[in-house]
Amino acid sequence: MLEIRWHSRAGQGAVTGAKGLADVISTTGKDVQAFAFYGSAKRGAAMTAYNRVDDKPIMNHEKYMEPDYVFVIDPAIVYTADVTVNAKENTIFIITTHMSKEELIASQPKLEGKMVYIVDCIKIAQETIGRAIPNTPMLGAFMKISGMYDIEFFKESMKRILAKLPQKIVDANMLAIQRAYDEVK
Amino acid sequence: MAFDKMELRDIEVWDGNFAAAQALRQCQIDVVSAYPITPSTPIVEGYSKFLADNYIEGEFVMVESEHAAMSGCIGASAAGGRVATATSSQGFALMVETLYQASGMRLPIILNVVNRALAAPLNVNGDHGDMYLGRDSGWIQLDAYSPQEAYDLNFIAFRVAEDHEIRLPAMVHQDGFMTSHTAQGVHTMDDDTAYSFVGDFKPMNDMLDFEHPVTHGVQTEEDWHYEHKARQHNDLMTKVPTKIEEAFAAFEKLTGRKYNQVEKYDMDDADVAVVCMGTSVETAREVASEMREKGIKAGVVGLRVVRPFPFMEIAAALKDIKAIAALDRSSPNGAAGMLFNEIAGALFNTDSKALLTGYVYGLGGRDLTKKHLTDLYTELQANVDAGKVLTPLQQFIGVRGPKLAFL
Repeated sequence: MLEIRWHSRAGQGAVTGAKGLADVISTTGKDVQAFAFYGSAKRGAAMTAYNRVDDKPIMNHEKYMEPDYVFVIDPAIVYTADVTVNAKENTIFIITTHMSKEELIASQPKLEGKMVYIVDCIKIAQETIGRAIPNTPMLGAFMKISGMYDIEFFKESMKRILAKLPQKIVDANMLAIQRAYDEVK
Repeated sequence: MAFDKMELRDIEVWDGNFAAAQALRQCQIDVVSAYPITPSTPIVEGYSKFLADNYIEGEFVMVESEHAAMSGCIGASAAGGRVATATSSQGFALMVETLYQASGMRLPIILNVVNRALAAPLNVNGDHGDMYLGRDSGWIQLDAYSPQEAYDLNFIAFRVAEDHEIRLPAMVHQDGFMTSHTAQGVHTMDDDTAYSFVGDFKPMNDMLDFEHPVTHGVQTEEDWHYEHKARQHNDLMTKVPTKIEEAFAAFEKLTGRKYNQVEKYDMDDADVAVVCMGTSVETAREVASEMREKGIKAGVVGLRVVRPFPFMEIAAALKDIKAIAALDRSSPNGAAGMLFNEIAGALFNTDSKALLTGYVYGLGGRDLTKKHLTDLYTELQANVDAGKVLTPLQQFIGVRGPKLAFL
């Protein structure tokens, strides 16, 4: 079982990202689950979304999760929410930030001793898609860190999922995914 | 057919709402009369989009309340169309008066109920308060534990409800957010296969058949009311279970997916069992497997058909069990839980010596964790070992503050 927790603000595309990732993984024969905690939260409110992936049918519907990966797609959420909650020793954090890894960890000591990777999904999204929608770049970074799929296969799969969007936006998302794949460190 | 067909992949990643919306499209609903409410809104939203995109020949009626939504469904169904809608929680509560009209008038409407807590206090998350509110309304109630089942049970509901020997409305329940907004793999049917399972709608006593005028919604007073209600109950008790079994068998033949009025998992040699509904059934299945690795013979019973309540099937499923936990996701507000009472009733005149305890859990969407279930199975095994119930008969799981227990 692979488990992922997304930290985001409502409106940044974490749910779409989680569902898109689940869709891609499902085509490779694995069982998937993608869900989120909504409550009555409005756009801009901090929220979490989740993925579960397994080779056998996923029966577990508990909301509690000790994630293998934590994705943080909003740069301020590391300070306003505890992104390390229920983390395991080997949980990998991929965090959106404009800072260096050292600056980030110094500014949020809870990340001390954790496996942290950084990538500026906001900047990448702004420069490619033209809007601060950091979900698809995070998936590009995840492909690099996890080695889950070949990046070209992943991009082709995402093209199908994004197919209802205008071609220009689809192309921009592909650039965003590739840039995050190349820039995550 | 004058509408477009949709190409689906064998497995689509859908949440429970979209799965239900796709089922409504494939059943080619003539009329959806709806008023949106979280978390069920995407079902009727989905239908209206399919309609606008020419995937359905039908009518979407926008109304000013859930009371009017069900009233519109009643009118359309009496007129002679295939009719469905969706609601949750407060919307369901506002529909209640018309629910009894629909079932008493024997109109085969399908209502997707995305289960959500009832206010106050206000809460959009899932529990079974609305499902329990509907259980004396004369509707058939089917319960889905996953998006796949929300898809499948819609077809089964139409087939049973519209049968001329039945002619009763049916609800398809799914857990708010835990199913409705959770995307999982759903094995699809192509449009023709799916439609063939429900077939063309065959009207009965339809108001638009001017050659054979009929009256709907009549006044009967003392003279005939009782006979109508008795016949409705008779049909629910004697005819509906058979038709449901037939529909389950036909569905298995078509898709390979088998449903039962009472779902049994790891029950053949079980000593202890949990009885529950919704997503909790699947989580409990996972925990039961883990308990077996620890030497506790754990099983799970899921109620698939809530109404008509499968009294004999529940008794049969639990006959050799030594300790049973009945899990109710709705506050009984001054009584034992519904499942506790129904199970007690089903087992009372049998040889069962089972130790039966009730648990209230998950109100307002509160998480039911694997740890909760592990503790629960451990408690049941302790009862078995002691040969008596060591706890109060009713306990609350996962509530903050001092432990709550009664009876």
